[in-house]
Amino acid sequence: MPSIAMKDVTVDYATGKNTYRALASVSLTVPQGTVCAVIGPSGCGKSTMLKAAAGLLTPTSGMVSVDGAPVSPAQQSIGYLQQNYGLLPWRTVAENIRLACRIKGRSIDEAAYVALCRQLGLSDLLGRYPRELSGGQQQRVSLARVFLLRPDILLMDEPFSALDAITREEMQEVFRALWQASQVTTILVTHYVEEALYLGQQIVLMAPQPGHIAEIIANPLAGQTAARGTAAFQQQALALRQKIRAMRQMPGEVAAHA
Amino acid sequence: MRKLAQVLRFYLTGAIILLVLWELAAQIMQLPIVPTPQKVAVKLVQVFGDFIAIHSLYSLGRIAAGLALAVGIGYPLGLLMGYSARADRFLAPLVYLTYPVPKIALLPILMLLAGVGELSKILMIFLIIVFQVVIAVRDAIKAIPLEMYYPLYSLGASRWQLVREVIFPATWPKFLTAVRVAMATAVSVLFFTETFGTQYGMGYFIMDAWLRVNYLEMYAGIVVLSALGLLLFGLIDALEYLTCRWQRQQEA
Repeated sequence: MPSIAMKDVTVDYATGKNTYRALASVSLTVPQGTVCAVIGPSGCGKSTMLKAAAGLLTPTSGMVSVDGAPVSPAQQSIGYLQQNYGLLPWRTVAENIRLACRIKGRSIDEAAYVALCRQLGLSDLLGRYPRELSGGQQQRVSLARVFLLRPDILLMDEPFSALDAITREEMQEVFRALWQASQVTTILVTHYVEEALYLGQQIVLMAPQPGHIAEIIANPLAGQTAARGTAAFQQQALALRQKIRAMRQMPGEVAAHA
Repeated sequence: MRKLAQVLRFYLTGAIILLVLWELAAQIMQLPIVPTPQKVAVKLVQVFGDFIAIHSLYSLGRIAAGLALAVGIGYPLGLLMGYSARADRFLAPLVYLTYPVPKIALLPILMLLAGVGELSKILMIFLIIVFQVVIAVRDAIKAIPLEMYYPLYSLGASRWQLVREVIFPATWPKFLTAVRVAMATAVSVLFFTETFGTQYGMGYFIMDAWLRVNYLEMYAGIVVLSALGLLLFGLIDALEYLTCRWQRQQEA
């Protein structure tokens, strides 16, 4: 299972005549078989960083490598989960799940497919179209797609943000169970502190203007369902939240009344 | 199947209302130029096999050829303009300038250049449909959100796979709508072009019957031409129903 390494990744966007620096010299290593949760206020470049990691955009300078080789969607298999689920509306649930393997030209492990559909509660929905499903069901479909692919790395861009609180926690459990079985190297972008604490062995705190890494925190609480309600968990969450709030009031920005 | 019965009932209701209105008009006016529907129906049955069938086949063939040409050229052009901003910059002004020009006004020029035979008739239909197709496909591609491509980009999909998985299905319903809208105009323009330089086609048949003061045959021709338009409309509807399942409202 490969690791992900980013070295001095800088991304500039051109807006008309001006260029705008979205990401400044980000360096980060995600060891193989771990989840790295990226968190920070909006506009801190989290999504940009993930797109660079997925090879969806080419950094202005710096480089992203997967297991030593430059990231390339064609060469490697990358699981990419986006906030709006990334399902094709004209494909049924079954076709959407099988899409990733089909595009990659891989034969599908039918036993794994059936097991995955059952585990995610999709067995009765296979003939439906995405618009006929709830948000939680759609996200299950995209999870099934990604885990059927068995990607080299997994990149998730606020995958559970559009879901209501209860469904979101449920989906975090579902993801956790699937992840345990495959231990794929993962970067998870989120704006929920609890989600980062629950899922990420490593938590990366990002700050805006321009987007950069403020702090990298090791998180021993990751993966412990039982730890979720404990005082230690709450305390960590509070501390993280305060750090993020402090960033929003940095000079150059109008201070929000907290 | 239930859907089909529903559609048929829908068409039937419309047909009955029209026939009743027609009958009423014929009874009130009592003129040879407004015969009753029964008389026209009897005439239609008499002359369809021997005369009208061949004319309607000619008309259908011209529409099919014009449509095929328009799709064959219009779809790739729309694809190019929607996909490449540079191509759009060059071609958009051209398309926008020529789109509102009433194509039928170009008929004299077309007939001088392409002759009064089949080619000018087919080109006329082509001109009417092609602009609708180009603009519909181009706009449909531009309306695809960038995120729709991400799942495929991140899998390293080839350009052909992008076209097949995203661009083609995303443009298909709008393409069909464009063809349907253009088809009504195409049929009426076909009628006009068929009054020149041919002895086949529904346009010729209707005008010929009119000149011979054979009003019943003329009406039979009008009914067949209308049915032809309806058939094409229905075919496009059916195609959309069968191929755009994902857009259907949930059926109870």
